[in-house]
Amino acid sequence: MTPLHLCLLLSTGLFCLGLVAVLARGNAILVLLGVELMLNAANINFIAFWRFGNPSNATDAPILVLFSIAIAAAEAAVGLALVIAIYRHQRNVRVEDATRLKG
Amino acid sequence: MDLAVENIWLIPALPLMAAGFIAVTRREARRTAIALAVGAMGLSFILSSFALGALISSEPGTGFYTNFPWFDVGAGTVDLGFLLDPMAALMLVMVTFVGLLIFIFSIGYMEHDANATRFFCFLSLFAAAMLGLIIANSLLLLFICWELVGLASYLLIGFWFHKPAAALAARKAFITTRIGDLGLLLGMIWLYDATGTLLFYDGGAGVLETGPLAALLMSPGLGVIPAATAIGLLIFCGAVGKSGQFPLHVWLPDAMEGPTPVSALIHAATMVAAGVFLAARVVPLLSLDLGIPDVPFHALTVVAWTGAITALLGAVLAVAQSDIKRVLAYSTVSQLGYMMLAVGVGGWVAAIFHLLTHAFFKSLLFLGAGSVIHAAHHEQDLRALGGLREKMRATFVTFAIGMMALAGVPFLFSGFWSKEAILHEAAEWQSSQIPLYIGLFGALLTAFYMTRLVAGVFYGKPRSEAAEHAHENRGVMTVPLILLAIGSVLLGFLGTPAWPWLQSFLTGTTPHWEPSHILAEGGALMFGAILIVGVGIGLGYVLYGRRTRANATDPDPIESAQPTLWRALVARLGFDEFYNATVLRLHSALGALSDWLDRHVWDGAVRGVASLGEMTGVASQQTDEEVVNAGFDAGCDSLRGTGRSYSRNQSGQPQSYIRGIAMALVVLALILVLGGAK
Repeated sequence: MTPLHLCLLLSTGLFCLGLVAVLARGNAILVLLGVELMLNAANINFIAFWRFGNPSNATDAPILVLFSIAIAAAEAAVGLALVIAIYRHQRNVRVEDATRLKG
Repeated sequence: MDLAVENIWLIPALPLMAAGFIAVTRREARRTAIALAVGAMGLSFILSSFALGALISSEPGTGFYTNFPWFDVGAGTVDLGFLLDPMAALMLVMVTFVGLLIFIFSIGYMEHDANATRFFCFLSLFAAAMLGLIIANSLLLLFICWELVGLASYLLIGFWFHKPAAALAARKAFITTRIGDLGLLLGMIWLYDATGTLLFYDGGAGVLETGPLAALLMSPGLGVIPAATAIGLLIFCGAVGKSGQFPLHVWLPDAMEGPTPVSALIHAATMVAAGVFLAARVVPLLSLDLGIPDVPFHALTVVAWTGAITALLGAVLAVAQSDIKRVLAYSTVSQLGYMMLAVGVGGWVAAIFHLLTHAFFKSLLFLGAGSVIHAAHHEQDLRALGGLREKMRATFVTFAIGMMALAGVPFLFSGFWSKEAILHEAAEWQSSQIPLYIGLFGALLTAFYMTRLVAGVFYGKPRSEAAEHAHENRGVMTVPLILLAIGSVLLGFLGTPAWPWLQSFLTGTTPHWEPSHILAEGGALMFGAILIVGVGIGLGYVLYGRRTRANATDPDPIESAQPTLWRALVARLGFDEFYNATVLRLHSALGALSDWLDRHVWDGAVRGVASLGEMTGVASQQTDEEVVNAGFDAGCDSLRGTGRSYSRNQSGQPQSYIRGIAMALVVLALILVLGGAK
């Protein structure tokens, strides 16, 4: 069991937690939290592969992770704005009720 | 031949052109219309006078005619022609003169009517048609003008067509005269078949000349009735309709719904005169069967009896009328009966004499009535009038002259001489003396009802607001009355037994001045007639003149004495009801029958064909829907079903979409792991 394996196991567990939160929770804010967990699992993978993997492209990965975190923050802002819009529209934030955007 | 005789066609053409021009002028152009109508009529009068003068100055008994072909039918030619003989010339002058005065009177009478332009257009057409009828030298041309007269009378009687009564009266006049016209048309066709011509005079080949008359005697008749009698009676049918003879008299009193000048024109100068004129014109034809031994009856006998019955009927019915114009209308019916009686007993000259004098005094009476009606704001019930003697001096004096002429007051008035002439002719009739006694009784009634009329309108106290405020009319209305009154007096002296100028002029002999003739021929009859007129007027005075009715609702003296008789007379002896119950019901039944035939038989056949087409249509529709469309529909349905089943997966729930993605990820991962990643 190498440190890389341990890191990948952690990130897989984190990803599965996030996925379960996205699939099972009804509250839109909790769904957004699940999405953030999944994104962070991906970021851990990036860092783990940078730290324990091939040393040839050593400097690139933390920058990619920084970008990823920034995009996640922006995405969270957009997501929260959508949640507020949904709340205004249907007086709650239950995801299963927000079906009106289907074509 | 001078200009007027050569251009005789101008006399009817001028009013006709005036009518045409007025028809296209604007409604507001009242003065133009009046000028055209009166001007054309005046010119026609001048031309007619010239034509009469030319005839008087030429040989006695001459006539001028010009014929021209109208169109060709197969091998034959239909000719029309114009004829100017003494009878036509006298009629022309009478119609144009009386017509002109009526036109002038109408200027005053119609001054408040918005449609006066149309009125003068119709009046001109009426006069033109009558003038054309007079100068026709062909039964066909006469028939054409005859129908035009009928049309114009329809238009004029129904001039105030917004009144339902007027529209009804116009229709009644038109249809009733049409019944007679059918007879005339049939007689005309038969005559053409028998003689091959419809011209009256054609150098020996006209229907009133010896050649065709002889041919007519030879032609086959109808069973025991010879052709001459049948044709004569058919032509007489037309005269019965037009002249309001029994049994087709019913339209004449209703024709009073028109404006009063129209009544004057219809009853004096034009329409009703046409029938008597026709009968007098075809006298050679009517009297043809007198030469045939053992015929069941002669045409002229029928004419005489029809005239006698009409004379009596009209006089009896006139007694109980309360409308001024209706009294005069029934009086016209009665007088026309006298004229027909005269034609029937062989005195067509007396008939024309009476026609001319009657035209004057009857138009005078009608215009006088119009003057009263105009002054009294269209009050024409003699029970509601009264006391107009002082208020309307000129109208009263002229009306009284007309009344005395109609009643036959002796010596001074024209009606006396012409009625005497007719009574003398009736007295000399071989077949029967009854028409004479009917005529005498009619004269009694005539004097009686005219006295009643004058007493009711002019004597006593005014019995209504309108009569109270009546006043004399303008000169445009009184001057024609005065001229007609002069004519009503003077015309009689042209035909007295002492100097029978008129009779001689008509028959083509030279008159002689022989005063002794007044008494020599039937002096007793004359005194009897004078006595009868005296009794009639006296009776009228006793019942109506001595003590006039106090107010409009009082019963008539006769009504108090004989209520049943009076009611029958007021109901006009039920002729209208009788016709309604018989002729009209028969017509309705025929109408209902043809309606039923139309609906169920003819329409049924049409509907059968239609339903055949409809069935074809239904069949093709079924094929289309069940066979062709069904295939497409099935295909469409299956496509739609697929789409529906797919669309069920789009729930709009984002989590279900993500679940799909997650499942797919798991499957992908399993494939990679189990398949052995390279």
